[in-house]
Amino acid sequence: MLAVQILIDGFAISALYGLGAVGFTLMFGVSGVLNLAHGATMVVAAVTAWVVAGQYAANPWVAAIAGTAAGVITAFATYYLVVRPIQRSRSVPAAEKEIFVLTGTLLWGIMIQEAVAYFYTDNPKTVQPLIAGVMQIGGVRTPINELLIAVICWTVIGLLWLLVNRSKAGKVLLAASINPRALTLLGFELSQVYLQVWAIYGVLAGIAGVLLATFLGASSAQASQLTASAFSIVVLGGLGSVSGSLLAAYVVGYLETLTAYLISPAYRTVPALILLVVVIYVRPHGLLGRR
Amino acid sequence: MTDTLRGLLGSRQVWIALVLAAALVTLPWMVSAYILGILTIAYYFGVFAMSWDLLFGFANEVNFGPTFLIGCGAYAAGLLNAHGAPVWACLIAGGAAALLGGVVLAVPALRLSGPYFGLATLVAVLLLQQFIVIFASTTGGEIGLTMNDILSTEPITNYWYALGFMTASGLVLFTLSRSPVGLILQASGQDRIGASALGFNIVKHKLAAFCISAVFSGLAGAMLVFYLGTASVGTVVDVAVGVQVIIAAVLGGRRTILGAAIGSIFLILAGEALRPLGQLSTFVVSGIALLVILFFADGLMGLLLHRRGDT
Repeated sequence: MLAVQILIDGFAISALYGLGAVGFTLMFGVSGVLNLAHGATMVVAAVTAWVVAGQYAANPWVAAIAGTAAGVITAFATYYLVVRPIQRSRSVPAAEKEIFVLTGTLLWGIMIQEAVAYFYTDNPKTVQPLIAGVMQIGGVRTPINELLIAVICWTVIGLLWLLVNRSKAGKVLLAASINPRALTLLGFELSQVYLQVWAIYGVLAGIAGVLLATFLGASSAQASQLTASAFSIVVLGGLGSVSGSLLAAYVVGYLETLTAYLISPAYRTVPALILLVVVIYVRPHGLLGRR
Repeated sequence: MTDTLRGLLGSRQVWIALVLAAALVTLPWMVSAYILGILTIAYYFGVFAMSWDLLFGFANEVNFGPTFLIGCGAYAAGLLNAHGAPVWACLIAGGAAALLGGVVLAVPALRLSGPYFGLATLVAVLLLQQFIVIFASTTGGEIGLTMNDILSTEPITNYWYALGFMTASGLVLFTLSRSPVGLILQASGQDRIGASALGFNIVKHKLAAFCISAVFSGLAGAMLVFYLGTASVGTVVDVAVGVQVIIAAVLGGRRTILGAAIGSIFLILAGEALRPLGQLSTFVVSGIALLVILFFADGLMGLLLHRRGDT
């Protein structure tokens, strides 16, 4: 009974973690950017969905699409207003671009978070589930929405896999992550590739944000926590490795669910953090990362 | 040694710092006790930011968890004080605890680099925060720990303590950064392989930098809680506090030490001046900091030095 409950809850939470982290790791793998405004992007998507569903009484699916669109817009804003100016800046030495991008996106994330809190307060926002109702699985009452979340996450991840491995645009992305210089020599415009990555990233973070709002609720105060959890999942799995991130998402998701059910919700994040510390000391490149 | 001393006196930064310190000394006769109180906090923040700058600006290691060191110092001092230890013993214990925490964190973490080092330090903060909340019966949890003693009840005395401490720390850290050790750190930060090929023990130097950074952070953390009268997660451990330290250091100008102190004073005063904006004040302060790093990558100190043609 409890085991089934843990299995189901853990699966849905892990799928959501995985979707959130995949965009983050893809971004790092292709363009070398660690976007610390990640949590803020998810929150913008979630709050937009909440506003559209609540104030305009829209269909939940319309609200979800609006939220995802907001995620994409936020991602582009991050790129054009913060990341690109730093990457092109002459006064920042090349060796320090990384830390400037980190600080810049961190500040930008705080700005977004504060703006959202100012206009819509930092109370948690819960969006109506996409499909209402519950069903029995092995004697456990499970909201259908929870299953739907897992299905959507895996469908999106599957589509992403097809895009990257089976389409020409995806192969260009892959090439950019392996050897950007060779790619430019072949006549591809790197800035176009980066734009595509930011668009894909925006869609992934947007969907993850909206689903989070239908499941656990999202608040602007959580933004940094969301970033931290995506960051740690991605590092646990290995920076830049998509399959590693998915594996890590499941490890963290189940570890947290097990702790919350069996020990106490207060200790929820502790075992995952300790595991993370052990992994980065023993195997700094993560579970499936490349050196 | 004489070269170092001559270098110090010849540097424009030192003169800027001296003029600034002289101006700060006269403040108690010019401004209200309220403003002195805000400046007192700003000075302790200045020490946090300067110690962070030693690690980042010189050793090129991004420490996302300055509050791990600050928190270790603050809580060690607070817990000892709760058991009746005198203030001076608590301060020493605070520095020592931060040093210990720093060594425990740095010895394995320095094998990592870049984002991995950053994450290891960030996780250390999150774990410390969790443990403080979990062992709430000893540590006071979210509410905080009330101190038995405070440094002083006089705002002016507190101001002198803070200003004196910041000046002394600044002097030590700045001298260190201009000494041969500082140069080796800088070299290892910019080209790790090149510097070790020249025969320098990179890990030893970085460890030393981390320990020094830890001692000053811990001492400042301990003094801050004795000034505030409470030690709480929100004031000395929370990741948001660490973010503020980082913003202050980058805003003031990295790799300058003194810039970090100026950045902290500016940040805290700006936060105070923008208080009428209410919730939006954090938005505006982060916005200003973002504009500074986008357009003046060298920060406020860089602006000050470039204008006079001294780089």
